[in-house]
This record gives sequence, C-alpha cells and structure tokens, in this order.
Amino acid sequence: MRRLIMRQMTDNQSGTISAIKVSGELGRRIRDMGLVPGTEVMIQGRAPLYDPVALRLKGFTLTLRNNEAEHIEVEV
Amino acid sequence: MEATVALGGNPNSGKTTLFNALTGARQHVGNYPGVTVEKKEGTYAHNGCKMHIVDLPGTYSLTAYSVEERVARDFLVMEKPEVVIDIVDASNLERNLYLTVQLLEMGIPTCIALNMMDVAKSRGLEIDVEKLSALLSVPVAPIIARTGQGKRELMDKAARVAEKKGETTPLVVSYGSDLDQAILQMQREIEERRFLTDIHPSRWIAIKYLEKDEQILAKGRETNLSLATWLERTVEKVSVHLQQTLDTYPEAMIADYRYGHIRSVLKQDVIRETYDKDRVQTSDKIDKVLTNRFLGPIIMLLVLMGLYQFTFTYSEIPLGWFEAFFGWLGDAASAILPDGLLKSLIVSGIIDGVGGVLGFVPLIMFMFLGIALLEDSGYLARVAFMLDRVFMIFGLHGSSVMAYIVSGGIAGGCAVPGVMAARTLRSPRERLATLLTAPFMNCGAKLPVFALLIAAFFAENEALMMFILTLVAWSGALIVAKLLRLTIIRGEATPFVMELPPYRLPTFRGLMIHTWERTWHYIKKAGTVILGISVILWALMTFPGLPDSEVQHFESERDLVEAAASPAVIQEPESADKEAELSADASALKEKLAAINTEEAETALRHSIAGRIGTALESVSYLAGFDWRTNIALVGGFAAKEVVVSTLGTAYSLGEVDPEENESLAQRLASSPNWNPQKAISLIIFTIFYAPCLVTVVCIAKEAGSWKWGAFSMTFNTALAFGLSVLAYQIGSLI
Ligand SMILES: Nc1nc2c(ncn2[C@@H]2O[C@H](COP(=O)(O)OP(=O)(O)OP(=O)(O)O)[C@@H](O)[C@H]2O)c(=O)[nH]1
Repeated sequence: MRRLIMRQMTDNQSGTISAIKVSGELGRRIRDMGLVPGTEVMIQGRAPLYDPVALRLKGFTLTLRNNEAEHIEVEV
Repeated sequence: MEATVALGGNPNSGKTTLFNALTGARQHVGNYPGVTVEKKEGTYAHNGCKMHIVDLPGTYSLTAYSVEERVARDFLVMEKPEVVIDIVDASNLERNLYLTVQLLEMGIPTCIALNMMDVAKSRGLEIDVEKLSALLSVPVAPIIARTGQGKRELMDKAARVAEKKGETTPLVVSYGSDLDQAILQMQREIEERRFLTDIHPSRWIAIKYLEKDEQILAKGRETNLSLATWLERTVEKVSVHLQQTLDTYPEAMIADYRYGHIRSVLKQDVIRETYDKDRVQTSDKIDKVLTNRFLGPIIMLLVLMGLYQFTFTYSEIPLGWFEAFFGWLGDAASAILPDGLLKSLIVSGIIDGVGGVLGFVPLIMFMFLGIALLEDSGYLARVAFMLDRVFMIFGLHGSSVMAYIVSGGIAGGCAVPGVMAARTLRSPRERLATLLTAPFMNCGAKLPVFALLIAAFFAENEALMMFILTLVAWSGALIVAKLLRLTIIRGEATPFVMELPPYRLPTFRGLMIHTWERTWHYIKKAGTVILGISVILWALMTFPGLPDSEVQHFESERDLVEAAASPAVIQEPESADKEAELSADASALKEKLAAINTEEAETALRHSIAGRIGTALESVSYLAGFDWRTNIALVGGFAAKEVVVSTLGTAYSLGEVDPEENESLAQRLASSPNWNPQKAISLIIFTIFYAPCLVTVVCIAKEAGSWKWGAFSMTFNTALAFGLSVLAYQIGSLI
C-alpha cells in the first residue's frame, strides 16, 4: 500500500481514496459527487492537454482539474 | 383532491424526460423568482386527483452553494409540496441516493422513482426494489421514463404519500460519536427555544450548522442572535476537536457517514451484479476514441464544423422564406397604406425591425437543434472536458467554447443563440464572462462590413484578412474575458467537478421539446423589446423631417428634370411592357431622378436626430477616422449590424444598397478622398468590438439576470472598441 496524491496517478491506475484535504465549496462539491474516503477510483484518462482528468467511480465518470485532484489522497 | 408534486433528482437522472412523459403538452416554462433558473410546471390527472407538477433544478446535493441547490431547497421548504418524487438513476444508485438521504433527513414526504431500469438491466444490475423501499422506509417505483413504463404505479404511490399530508418522521443517520453528541446537545437547545423549528426539523438545523450552511447561519443570526452564537461556538469546538484527533472537518465527516449509510443499505443484498465488474462499458469504449489525445481534437473540430455547416446551410432555405414573407408584408403594407409618416413607421419601423428579429428564428431553431443533439447525446460534456485546459487560462470554462463558436467563432454565426448557448454553463462567474465576451465573435451581420472594406482596400488578400479578423476576434474575446475575471467578475474558478454522462441516443421527442422551448423563449423575449426599440430607431432616423423649403427644392429639381424630357420618355417606365429595355433617354431620366431622390435621402438623414448625433460625434470620432456618415451607420448598427452597410449606402447617396452586392459602394469608398486603408482598418476593428446588437443586449440582460449587464456590454464594448480603433488609426497614420 502506497499513498499518492491523485494528481500523480497514471492512466488506468486504480486506488482507494484515503483522504480529501480541502474544505469549502471545492471540498463539498468533491464529496457530493461521491469522492469520499473508502471509495474505489480508477483514472480513466486525461484530456488532450493532460488536464482535466477523468475518473471512474461507483459506476460513473467524473472529471476534475489537476489542481483539484491535488487535494485527494489515494492508496494504491 | 389537489396536490403539488415536485420532481427532484440529480442532473441527467431523467427528470425532464419523466416530466414530459407526465405532463405532455400541458406545461408552462418560467423562471424561479429572482434567478434565471428555469421553472417548469405542468399538470397530471390521476384517479380524479389533479396533480400540479413542478420540475426542480437538477442537483447532486441540497447545500446552499449553487443557485440550483438553493432554489430546489427553498421550494421544498417554502412551498411544502405534498410529495417529492425523487428520480434516482438505477444504474448509478449509490451517488443518486446521496440526495435522497438529504431529502429524507429534511423530513420531506418522498417517493422514489427508480429510473433507467433498462440501463441497469443491460449493465447486469439487479435491484431488489422491495428491500430498498423497506430499508429506506420510502415507497419505491421502478420506471423507464423514456418509454413511460411504470408511470401509473409511480403516481399511485406518490398519491398515497400525498394523502398522508406530510406525516413523516425525518430519517436519522448516525455521524459518529463525536458529531452525534454535538448534534444531540444542539438539538436540545434548538427545540427548547423553538429555534427555526416551525420550518425545519431540529436535527436538520443542527446538521446544517455543522456543515456551515450559510443560508441557515444567516437566518439563525436574524432569529436569535445569542443562541446562534452559541451554536456556532459549539460547532467551532467540535471542528477543532475533529481536526486534532482525526484531521478532518465536520462537513467532511457528515458526507462520509451519509455515503456510509447508503453503502450499508445497498450491502444488504439490494444490488446484485450479474456481470463481471471490470467489464468495459460501451460508453467507455466510445470515449477511448472520442477523447483520445490525437483523434479527440480532430473529431471535435469536425463535429463543430459539422454543427456549423448544418445550421447555416439548412437554415438558409427557411430563412429565405421568412425574408420573403417580411418583404412581401412590407410591400403589401406599402401598397395599401397612403404615403406618409404612418406608412413609414409601419414599413420601415415595425415590419423591418420585427422582421429583422423574427428573421433569425429559423437560424436559432437549427442552432438549438444542433446543440440539443450534442447535449442530449452527452458529447457536449466531452468537448468541455477536452478544451477546459485552454479556457481555464482565461478564467472561463470548457463549456464556454459552445457559446463562442455559435456566436461566430468560425466567422458567420450569431451572438443571439450564442449567448443563449451559455446556459449550459453551470458556473456563474464563468458563465457571465462568457456571455459578455461571446458578442466579440464575427457574427454573420458583421461580415458584410468586412467584405465591403476588404473589397475596397485589401482586395488582394481577402482570405488572409478574413483569417486575421477571426484571430483578432478570438484573442480579443479571450483577453477581455481574462480582464473581466481579474476585475469585476473576480473570484476563484468554480470547481470543474463535472460528470461525464454515458453516451445516449437522443430521442426525437426530447430534441423537439428542447429546441422548441428555447426558440419560443427567444421569440417572446426578443420580439417584445425589439418592437419598441425599432420604433425609437426609426424615429431617430426620421425626425425632424426636412423643412418644407428643402423638400420643395428637391421637388422643383425633379420637376425641372422631368420638364426637360419629352412626355413619351416619361411615360415609358410606366408602360405595361416591363420586360422591354428602356431607351437611352428614359434610363438617363430614371438615373437622374434616382440621383435626386438619394440626395434627398442623404440630406434628410443628416437633418434627422440620428444625423445630428452623427455630426456631433464627429468632433470625437475623427480620432478614429470616422466622419458623420460612418457615425450614423454605426449608430444604426446598435440596432442590428446588418444596418451598417445599408446606412453607409444612404449616407453616401447610393440609395438602396444590397449588402450582397456592394461593389459599387466599395468602388466609391476606394476612390473617395475621405477614405484610406487606415480608416478601413479602424472601422473594421470598431465593428468587431463595439456594442452588441440590441437583440443580443436584450439576451445578455435576460441571461445575466439584470439590465445592468446589458448596459455594461453596450458602454464597455463601445469604449473598448473606440480605444482600439483610435490606436489602430493613429498608429496606422504614422506609418
Ligand atoms: N435508456 C433510458 N434512457 C433514459 C431514461 N430516462 C431518461 N433517459 C435519457 O437520459 C438522458 C437524460 O435525461 P433528461 O430527462 O434530460 O435528464 P435530466 O435529469 O432532466 O437532466 P438535466 O436536464 O441535466 O437536469 C436523455 O438522453 C434521456 O433520453 C430511461 O428510463 N432509460
């Protein structure tokens, strides 16, 4: 088990969210969409300019900007 | 019995589809008070019970952060609908239930519509509906909104909930010992002092305090300041404690435990997956191609060009019908009405003005159809995803691209549907910046001005010039957007966090409803205001009329010319045989008369208020190289950019100028001592950047929710345009 910032994950890598280190509006939006500790995610791919990133979780696809993925810690 | 039924649910869960299936044509679209969030209402008759159905905005949660969430929550709290039908996407159960849990915590009478059962089935998901219903203590009805299957059973269940008249106990979710203790403590005080308990359940108020919900916090301070302060302090204490012990915040814990609660429900054999979990779904396979690093942008470019081609090619035919119809109407009115002011008002003011607006309808309809297609299929979200990186630099959002393209990002669009396309943006600041900058794009009405000036002064490099002008428009729009986001629309980027919905085949009915709703909006909004404005503009260019002495002067000149000609020649143009060529004398006479008429028109225009404004502006506008004629043309361009070329024509005594065939005007400008390439460039730049046409201004004001922004776009853009033109003209003249 290794802890990574989501931003550093590579395409097709999977992991489990261990912490969300942000409060306020961004934190709330992230959590509302189901990114909470214990959730399994997989990096589905990145946009042509490497930002934003598309994630697969709980049967749907979510996109985040890299600077937003910065706040999410994942265990891989 | 009558009952109000609210439809709630996540975006893309099928709310609109269910709403349409229930209400059919019996619907009414308006806005929620004070905001530009659409409110759809309709009725549904069920076993003699008249149900008043209200579509709430699609939300993922019920915090008070976004306008949509606030609107949905306020409606539930204030209007107290008898029942909320919560539409839950069965193929995406866990996340959809997050909203459900919040509804249940608020103690709102709820009935779940488990939608997309067909999709869930095809993904190999089996859902035990009875069990879900029992575990959540809420009626659950499986439906397929697209086909209307299960709709009756759903409404049966909803009606039964409604009959109970709001006797529901709020759901209690455990938030861990620390928070639960704090909640109980707060709850006691809240109940004792009856703090907001007439509107909300006490536990819910406590939870909202822990979530730092601004709306509730503000309301609390108003109601009972001392208790509110105590509650806030209590929350502060728990926060510090949580941060020290668990390195987390109360609001984060609350979200965790809510999802935990949902998971514990689903784990009790509610969901069974019969397929391999890692099976790649079709949608993901499509995405591998459509958002591929290399293929993605190429396909996107082709799709956008295709949309553009589709709109402007296919709308041309109905556009022609509309033009022909208004042309015919104008002619008919001219024929029936006696000469004079009334005729001028009706023909030049009302028919031309309103025709100008309604003439856009086919274009707008096709554009909306194209956008609805991209939106309903799920592709639009991918475009936003791919382009976000670029637009983010300028403080915009990936979805801004649609508004830009439609407005004329590929020269020849129209800012009216462009501004309306900005609706798909859910981030308020990015949306406003997009609305205000989209009109800089080179819309179809600006093209004749460019064509004229390029033909007159840069005929060798037409294509290159057009390309440069497109680049100028884009850079201008993006730079101004950045400036706005750094100054008056300052603020952090709204989080991008966005769902990429699975690709779906749009339904014909859905497309038609989408397209028609938006088109009708346009007709209603633009039609009413524009009528008034065209009349004002007509008056400006008509009054005061020429003094009698002047009129007589032209009259006598005409008489003089006619007297010089023989009666046979005068009769000739009126003779029945229209096909025949006029004799040399007759056409010479006709030209002379026309020359006098146009000179009269020029003098009259100069004499009118608009003319005087143009002349008065000359003292400033000479800095940019514009004389009074150009000024009038530009003033007319406030109404619609199409007017610029035709007004220039009148001002240069050319009579009626067909914008498509402006060669004579181009020659005239090229040989005129008053004109030179610097002036042409200055005018082109001014045309790109100055005030959007009035229809667009009306749309900006409506879409931004305030006339302030309409006024802003007029003044700011004109000032900016003038600054740039002066710069271009002065520098150009130095070289
Ligand atoms: N297969 C299937 N598709 C459905 C069903 N219900 C809705 N859809 C499709 O799902 C898509 C989204 O539906 P909408 O009704 O627009 O969703 P919405 O919740 O109103 O979305 P917003 O307008 O974004 O709030 C459309 O393409 C529908 O055709 C269903 O039961 N089965």
